[in-house]
Amino acid sequence: MKSNSLASIVFLILISFSSLSNAQRGTGDLGVIIERATGSVQVVEHSTGTQLYKIEGLGDLSHASVVFSRDEKFAYVFGRDGGLTKLDILNGKIVKRIMQSGNSIGGAISQDGRLVAVSNYEPGGVKVFDADTLDLVADIPTKGANGVQSKVVGLVDAPGNKFVFSLYESDEIWIADLANTTEAKITKFINIGHQPYDALITPDGRYYIAGLFGEDGMALLDLWHPEKGIRHILDNYGRGDEKLPVYKMPHLEGWAVAGDYAFVPAVGHNDVIVIDRQTWKQIATIPVHGQPIFVMARPDGRYMWVNFAFPNNDTLQIIDTETQKIIKTLKPGKAVLHMEFTPRGEKVWASVRDEDQVHIYDTESFIKIKELPVEKPSGIFFTNRAHKIGL
Amino acid sequence: MEKSIIFPIVFAFFIMNPVYAEDIPVVRQSELKHLLLHDCGSCHGMTLKGGLGPALTPSALSGKSVKYLFQVINDGRPNTPMPPWKNILSDTDIIWLVNLLKKGLNDEK
Repeated sequence: MKSNSLASIVFLILISFSSLSNAQRGTGDLGVIIERATGSVQVVEHSTGTQLYKIEGLGDLSHASVVFSRDEKFAYVFGRDGGLTKLDILNGKIVKRIMQSGNSIGGAISQDGRLVAVSNYEPGGVKVFDADTLDLVADIPTKGANGVQSKVVGLVDAPGNKFVFSLYESDEIWIADLANTTEAKITKFINIGHQPYDALITPDGRYYIAGLFGEDGMALLDLWHPEKGIRHILDNYGRGDEKLPVYKMPHLEGWAVAGDYAFVPAVGHNDVIVIDRQTWKQIATIPVHGQPIFVMARPDGRYMWVNFAFPNNDTLQIIDTETQKIIKTLKPGKAVLHMEFTPRGEKVWASVRDEDQVHIYDTESFIKIKELPVEKPSGIFFTNRAHKIGL
Repeated sequence: MEKSIIFPIVFAFFIMNPVYAEDIPVVRQSELKHLLLHDCGSCHGMTLKGGLGPALTPSALSGKSVKYLFQVINDGRPNTPMPPWKNILSDTDIIWLVNLLKKGLNDEK
């Protein structure tokens, strides 16, 4: 009798503990770090800088990226090998995993959270899946007007349950309208400029801007006025200057917008370009340590953090957006690949691939707070992306 | 400039001696392998099955000569994102990489 009641008390305590761990935890301060070489990810918590789970078996994760369900419970991981994996980050488990193509580059989640789109290299095209079941909803092959089945780059979500993306070999930008989820309505823009290599959408979801590798400048599409077509911006940038060899393509996602200015990485130059957001004209360049890869503004826009391409990728520079001067240079170690700010920006996490570490910095003092062991880390993604257009 | 004179000699040497593993220090070999997987891999995929750049598997490269592949890595390919690596890699490095690619990283076909 006595031992029975003791057992039931112990049992009750155990129950309440195990339910505590899940029921009382939210996901708003969680994130996913890609371990690119081992096909694994870590689920982390950024309030205290804690590593929660390691999840393995996700295939080739070089250049992998992540989007989150709007309840921030699920992460969708887009692998290089065409794998699409849905993770339950609260419980650290794979929910479902499919191979949707031979070679993919990234993805996006729709405005209503019901669709996940993946951009593919081999074969090119965009596939759209039901976010719950990962069942195929729409298949969009991307043969351009030039007859080439093109690789897809710069895929983003846009208001109106749209996805916007660029065709690398065909020099086109397409809008896929999935307001009717079963039938994608495609609007195409041709001759947008040579070799779009990546793109971004402004945080308000209005402007889609593709970077061009094959010529100077960028292609801008105003999604409020698609009838106006593509506008070339920054046409004169780089003209007459010999470009340096580009050992890694810059990323445009997460570009820095601060006040009236936008800051983007130059291609083939050791510069950050300053753009006036009213005229879309270049108004200045900021010479930096190397060719920038990510130029990311702290959420309040006060500072931007910049990392660099091989062989200058051991460095981070912090630029004051007001004075446009470099105020700090950090040397975290070899191969600083990515940065992610906490939602309100008091800290930034940086992956340092060849050190097998993620470093956490205080963004006011620039002091390193913590080093976390992570195997060959690349992308870091926090769940607050779930509620941002284009991320 | 200097390179154009040295190249045919070095090249002729290596084409006649297709076993290279012992020709460069082990430390350098692992540095080059790391570069191949992680830096070349940023465009060609970490499994070298292709990305923005083409696949670099032995079967994908089977029709390409060692000389051609050397030139692609050394000088880059104009009008494509492939950069020249001659300022970063020596001729010996490049030839070792070409032969590694031809053979396959894990001898896979």
